[in-house]
Amino acid sequence: MENRPLEYDYTVAKMFMFTTIVLGIVGMLIGVILAFQLAFPSVNTILGEGLAEYTNFSRLRPLHTDAVIFGFTLSGIFATWYYVGQRVLKVSMAESGLLMFLGKLHFWLYLIVVAAVVVTLFMGITTSKEYAEFEWPIDIAVVVVWVLWGMGLFGLIGIRREKSLYISIWYYIATFLGIAMLYLFNNMEIPTYFASGGIGSWWHSVSMYAGTNDALVQWWYGHNAVAFGFTVPIVAMIYYFLPKESGQAIYSYKLSLLSFWGLMFVYLWAGGHHLLYSTVPDWMQTMGSIFSVILILPSWGSAINMLLTMKGEWQQVAASPLIKFMILASTFYMFSTLEGPIQAIKSVNAIAHFTDWIVGHVHDGVLGWVGFMIMASLFHMAPRVFKREIYSKSLMATQFWIQTLGVVLYFTSMWIAGITQGMMWRAHDEFGNLAYSFIDTVTVLHPYYTIRGVGGLLYLVGFLMFAYNIYKTMSARPVEESELQNASPMGA
Amino acid sequence: MDIAELQAYGYFALTATLVVVLYGYIYHLYSKKKDADGHDYEDYSNMALKDDITDTPVSAVSDDKEK
Ligand code: HEM
Ligand code: HEM
Repeated sequence: MENRPLEYDYTVAKMFMFTTIVLGIVGMLIGVILAFQLAFPSVNTILGEGLAEYTNFSRLRPLHTDAVIFGFTLSGIFATWYYVGQRVLKVSMAESGLLMFLGKLHFWLYLIVVAAVVVTLFMGITTSKEYAEFEWPIDIAVVVVWVLWGMGLFGLIGIRREKSLYISIWYYIATFLGIAMLYLFNNMEIPTYFASGGIGSWWHSVSMYAGTNDALVQWWYGHNAVAFGFTVPIVAMIYYFLPKESGQAIYSYKLSLLSFWGLMFVYLWAGGHHLLYSTVPDWMQTMGSIFSVILILPSWGSAINMLLTMKGEWQQVAASPLIKFMILASTFYMFSTLEGPIQAIKSVNAIAHFTDWIVGHVHDGVLGWVGFMIMASLFHMAPRVFKREIYSKSLMATQFWIQTLGVVLYFTSMWIAGITQGMMWRAHDEFGNLAYSFIDTVTVLHPYYTIRGVGGLLYLVGFLMFAYNIYKTMSARPVEESELQNASPMGA
Repeated sequence: MDIAELQAYGYFALTATLVVVLYGYIYHLYSKKKDADGHDYEDYSNMALKDDITDTPVSAVSDDKEK
């Protein structure tokens, strides 16, 4: 055998980078279509009446949420895991044939599940539980994919050279365990065909819980899907990529450990804020509100730790578009974790719930924090996995500004729309008659929906620039090992 | 006492315990500054900064075996 020095093996990381980009484009394109459907209803039948079943808002909405959450974000999580995991544990996947096999199997099964999800959702097959729309056969496949990831994850940890687990690894482990628990409990369902002795479709199922209990489990899941899908693994990314790209040690490693346990402790109790003023017990709602407010502390603990990591090095933010992405992500994280607790206060939620303000909150989090951080991670990884410099720095800087403008247009328009909606719905005259009918709000909101559509379109354009930049990177100037220490090499 | 009341007390006790544990952990981290192996916690940042496969680990698994 030829005696080559040991290297990290990024085969699986590359595969997941590919799905991150493709599913990101698909999910965001659908998002933009949805946004324009809300502004211009005729877009619902854009491909004609005959195909209206497949192009209407309600059919496409779960495709958007599932494509961006379980396609784009989850692929990003896997791609970064297969990159960061090896590096901070100082062990290569090439050292274990088994781990390599598990990694590839993980990817291909994941892809099959994605295909099944796309097809079934387009056909209108759904359990109707938000973020948990998949029917039972797919749920079983999802569990298999998850277990494969877990085997790979703990397998790699098992053969590591570095004894301690870097803080990011803790966050990846938490992602794995958290989602595993949530997904299993929320998707407990009874296949009706088999339970009834052959009535209906074989793939159909009903939830094992009913009424308020179902809502409680659903939002315990829904909220923590945000926690363990949009927060915990993204924090894992920033704790690795920001120090690495800037060459700065984390401002306080102790604070990172603290925020980790703080976040784990507080997050699980906050889900009640999705069910304020509903039929769940009052004490549970109050508890949800209180824990939501406390949640600011561990969230800001991580975010401030990241900003302070740049202490004395702020010129890097001006000089490097890659650092800009990460600093803005961290800022948007602070922003949405301040906005969330405000919305969780009962009296505020009375206005905000059911309105576009929530949709605004969702998207300043996912576009500004999740999206930016995943793109930044892939930008940092690209020169290292392809051994080539990033194709264009100026393209990257342009993308940054276009997308930042997109996010700002998105959340500001939704704030105005949401609060207007909330106020109009509850306005009444001295006799208690409602002052407005629903259609009055629709008329008033139209301009803001259009602005949101434009903002979303800008974000999508930026994402396409990102995809192009990564694609061109694969044929850019090759780089030397020594260029890859900290700051990523970039072409003009 | 019915089950709901028990649950509420149990929940309160659990929360209080976890708060004490968390603050205990904070106190531990900042008073000891080093972990059981004698590494300053802040050194662990180097796990990310010096992460080439040829770099020396902050605390190597193999050190344990030699002991
Ligand atoms: C301290 C942290 C946070 C708190 C306390 C919080 C609180 C809230 C509240 C009160 C709602 C509205 C519930 C309703 O009235 O329907 C909500 C919705 C939501 N938040 Fe947050 N939020 C936080 C951080 C985040 C972050 C960082 C993200 C994403 C990156 C996020 C994503 C979402 C999503 C997706 C929903 C909508 C769920 C749905 O109705 O489908 N949140 N959050
Ligand atoms: C190109 C950018 C995007 C646009 C234009 C867009 C647009 C939309 C629209 C129109 C909705 C439906 C809102 C409603 O029902 O009133 C929506 C929902 C949602 N989107 Fe996006 N989206 C984009 C990107 C993303 C990304 C990248 C993510 C996640 C990583 C995401 C996550 C969500 C979630 C979780 C919901 C459900 C919110 C809720 O139920 O409250 N979106 N999006």
